[in-house]
Amino acid sequence: MIGSVAKHKYFPAALGIGSLFVFVALLELLIRVGMINRFIVPMPSDIVAAFPRVIVEEHVLQRFVLTAGEAFSASVLVTIVGVAGGVVLHRYNLLRLATETWVAAIAAAPLVLMYPLYLVIFGRSALTIVMMGFTAGIAPVILKTLEGLLATRRVLINVGKSFNLTPSQQFWKILFPAALPTIFVGLRLGLIFALINIVGVEFLINFGGLGQLINELAERYDLAGMYAAICFVILVSISVFLLTERLERWLRPVD
Amino acid sequence: MVETRGLSLPAARSWALPLRPVTALRVAIVVGVVVIWQAISASGWLYRDVVPSLLTIGRALYATLSDPIFYFHLGTTAYEIAIAMVIGGLSGLAVGLLLGGSRLLSRAYEAYLYYLGPCPKIIFFPVMIMWFGVGPGSKVAMGAISCFFPVALNIAGGMREIDKVLIRVGKSFRANTWQMVTKIYLPAMRHPVINGVRLGLGVALIGTLLAETKLSNRGIGFLVIQAYSIFNMPQMYALLIILFVIAIGANALIGRFGGLDDIKAS
Repeated sequence: MIGSVAKHKYFPAALGIGSLFVFVALLELLIRVGMINRFIVPMPSDIVAAFPRVIVEEHVLQRFVLTAGEAFSASVLVTIVGVAGGVVLHRYNLLRLATETWVAAIAAAPLVLMYPLYLVIFGRSALTIVMMGFTAGIAPVILKTLEGLLATRRVLINVGKSFNLTPSQQFWKILFPAALPTIFVGLRLGLIFALINIVGVEFLINFGGLGQLINELAERYDLAGMYAAICFVILVSISVFLLTERLERWLRPVD
Repeated sequence: MVETRGLSLPAARSWALPLRPVTALRVAIVVGVVVIWQAISASGWLYRDVVPSLLTIGRALYATLSDPIFYFHLGTTAYEIAIAMVIGGLSGLAVGLLLGGSRLLSRAYEAYLYYLGPCPKIIFFPVMIMWFGVGPGSKVAMGAISCFFPVALNIAGGMREIDKVLIRVGKSFRANTWQMVTKIYLPAMRHPVINGVRLGLGVALIGTLLAETKLSNRGIGFLVIQAYSIFNMPQMYALLIILFVIAIGANALIGRFGGLDDIKAS
């Protein structure tokens, strides 16, 4: 019975959305009857009502543009340095053998904890936030670029050799196009890491765009506004995630 | 040409370092970084103490590691992360098993986890402060939320990869739900579980420590932000080195003991 229902095309999605609505309605009810303290958890209806106020009075769009600008700057840096780093490691095998594990270790390190150090070096400015995003996103791009270049099929490389391609032509006509889908996986990871860290550091140092907005609203004890701002950041994160996922699928070769 | 090679080879051997080329390059890179660091430190190009000498950092590292107060803060952070791992890990395990075991639940709810997973969790910290107070509770909650998503998603994914024959064997022995979980599901998806725990530990560590840097009076995160406040750069470098060694070491240990290296090799 359940299996046949589960096979229905729209039922699972409807169940998910329906459950979310039921949860929100239950929360509203529990807060209204006083079982949950409304000074700790605001009513969902208040959060929805706070959206227009937060968008207009707190200049959410300008803040979004600021955060997007920081994320874009970090992404450009991550792309240029990360892809170049991966290409250099692919080109020089000895260097790859010596440093690949170090890059992997850096990818596993909690780099965002360096933000107080960056505050000292770059000051309490957008540069600190951009550099933090760059630092967080660089390692996966290097590793995925290297992985993509190393995984280029032997037959494609041999085709290039049979055409007597120069090393530069071999790279631009064979290696780079073949590795592009994997490189994009790395770029997507790098962009997501950069965005997470940028919003996080904005929140932590109370400077910049959307992250700072949440911090400010929390310090003003504007609970409904703070929850609305958190929902807005989640929506932005999900949109970026979906967009990059679509791009990745578009670039992925058909098997 | 061949003769030249033949002649030059023994000479080259006599001059070669008693190291493999990879090790020699690693040593050269480390020496290069040390030299550049010391040169920048001595040059005065940056503000004083922004790049302290390695000797100063070494002294700060020694002072930090021999200070009993450091171990109190380390213990606090370790305690918070351990509790966060238990709460986030177990709830992630339960949700992962539910989603992995039911196609309906997976299609209904897994997308929410999948898309919420990459959101910056630190933005929930003000909410956690309201719910759990300014003490260790809110830091534990931050760690637990961070840890929950990778564990749940890895386990849900791992459960779908289990060989159907194993599940049929369990059912043919009339195993109950608990026996299925402990005898079939968990042993069969050892690698996704360990990978989830490895990823979960990494993000729980970040979540807890970032929360400590924002609002706390104890823990390693507090020490880092305190070092920033009083501009004690050598101590900040020392603390960051200790943190990175612990995080990378824990990651490598879980990977190695969990047999994740075997997966990569195969």
